[in-house]
Amino acid sequence: MAKKLMKGCEAIAEAAIQAGCRFFFGYPITPQNDIPEYMSARMPKVGGCFLQAESEVAAINMVYGAAAAGARVMTSSSSPGISLKQEGMSYIAGAELPCVVCNMVRGGPGLGSIQPSQGDYFQATRGGGHGDYHPIVLAPASVQEAVDLMQSAFDLADIYRTPVMLLADGIIGQMMEPVEFPENPVRRELPAKPWATTGWAPGSDRPRAVVNSLYIEVDELQEMNDRLQARYKEIKEKEVLVEKYNTDGAELIICAYGTVARICKSAIKLCAAQGVKVGLVRPITVWPFPEKELAEVMAQDSVKRELTVEISAGQMHEDVRLVINGAKPVDFYGRPGSYVPTAEEIFEYIMKTREA
Amino acid sequence: MAVVFRKTPVLTDTVMHYCPGCGHGIVHRLVAEVIEELNIQDRTIGFVPVGCAVFGYKYFNIDCVEAAHGRAPAAATGCKRVNPNNVVFTYQGDGDLASIGAAEIVHAAHRGEKITTIFINNAIYGMTGGQMAPTTLVGQKTTTSPYGRDADHCGKPLRVAEMIATIEGAAYVERVSVDSTPNIIKAKAAIKKAFQCQLDGKGFSLVEVLSSCPTNWGKSPAEAMDWIKSDMIPYYPLGVKKEV
Repeated sequence: MAKKLMKGCEAIAEAAIQAGCRFFFGYPITPQNDIPEYMSARMPKVGGCFLQAESEVAAINMVYGAAAAGARVMTSSSSPGISLKQEGMSYIAGAELPCVVCNMVRGGPGLGSIQPSQGDYFQATRGGGHGDYHPIVLAPASVQEAVDLMQSAFDLADIYRTPVMLLADGIIGQMMEPVEFPENPVRRELPAKPWATTGWAPGSDRPRAVVNSLYIEVDELQEMNDRLQARYKEIKEKEVLVEKYNTDGAELIICAYGTVARICKSAIKLCAAQGVKVGLVRPITVWPFPEKELAEVMAQDSVKRELTVEISAGQMHEDVRLVINGAKPVDFYGRPGSYVPTAEEIFEYIMKTREA
Repeated sequence: MAVVFRKTPVLTDTVMHYCPGCGHGIVHRLVAEVIEELNIQDRTIGFVPVGCAVFGYKYFNIDCVEAAHGRAPAAATGCKRVNPNNVVFTYQGDGDLASIGAAEIVHAAHRGEKITTIFINNAIYGMTGGQMAPTTLVGQKTTTSPYGRDADHCGKPLRVAEMIATIEGAAYVERVSVDSTPNIIKAKAAIKKAFQCQLDGKGFSLVEVLSSCPTNWGKSPAEAMDWIKSDMIPYYPLGVKKEV
């Protein structure tokens, strides 16, 4: 298929439809409105259903009901709206339902800004709602990668019966880039959904379906949590995605994700022009975090230190520190809110701290 | 020997956790009997609330979903949109529906969502131990209105059936009571009409059921039924509020 110039939000919506998503429940909030708008036009044409909910709270609960019925379903929002969805996401995780949630992250806290941010990393990777759970969190650095990740997001959700979040800064949603939709996307083998509430009576060929996250007995709740934790362990073993760029023999390793990682690549080129070898580890899955991969890169003799760059006060930096665990010096560059750093200032920071 | 009565197969054999004299057991049976009589057990999906009926999925012998507090109408919407041939109902109490879930119920009605809601109004939060609900009567003592509900302080009780009846998308709305045998018979007829309304694709249907909570009202089961008649029905008049 030929490349098309598309806005990130619209490309993400189209990718979801091509991945078999036929149900979308959303609520307006900037900067992700292009997703529900696109869905409202496209869904009726592919026999699906777009519905504008009365709130983000209602939207995620519509997702809950549709996922319970066995559908491929998604919602999208931006930071303040994603906060409202956290109760629903916890229920979806507890009831072991698959769904995809897209967060076009904007500045916070509170109403914040409508500019891009990476301030929702903690909320996304730690679960966000109540209880011990993690969604799988995918963090694209380009519109093309967002399209590719949307394809696998629905498969991952079905395979592990878990919410999957596409965590994109607002830049990914709002910029236009050339994208290609794979004609024959690689599809994983998907499990059947005998647990879906599609209608049952005595004599049906499956047990009565009950979608539920209430386990009032301590032992029963333990069983559910053990099941979730076993699944998370498997996800950590099998589903980590990471890009390593220029890491062999580097003296400094930058950790960054999303659009910021692309800016860091430009900074790395500026460093190379000065003869300074800097590499990049870019987590594509921020949960599960690429612990082993980062540790391996950091273990090289050439690597003297690490620098995390984020549009936050240093949220992913905590994961980085847990991995490096004091073995080598770590540093952070970035600001909370919506301030997007330039390649030049990252380059200057690297050179300044190198001489220091 | 002739069988003169049998329990509907749409209820499981699980022993219910409800208190003696509670109306939930009656309403569960009415809903289950209606599902049996309409021959829709194999395509009905029940959405149960947070509140005393939270374990409804153990009792209704159909596919069930336990929804978050107040969100059953939204979750039921998702299910109904995926499988429009399913018959989808929510079963919610007054804390769940009239307080935390006020937006979800209003907008399910507003969209004319083809689902049915069974709304249990017992003027109190039961499961959490008898706190004040939006439906608590003025002067009624609860654990969070220990001096009696004061209208100046927290308003007068919400009449849900009348409110929902003002919404265009609502096709059938009726208030019934389970305080007496004649009223129980009328309640069942209303529940049947509400499900039929959904089967006919007419729109949203809601039956508000005035029900007893002897434990949290501090009354005997018989006194509780009397109190529905003497105190609740005068404020919450029974009858059809809307029918298209």
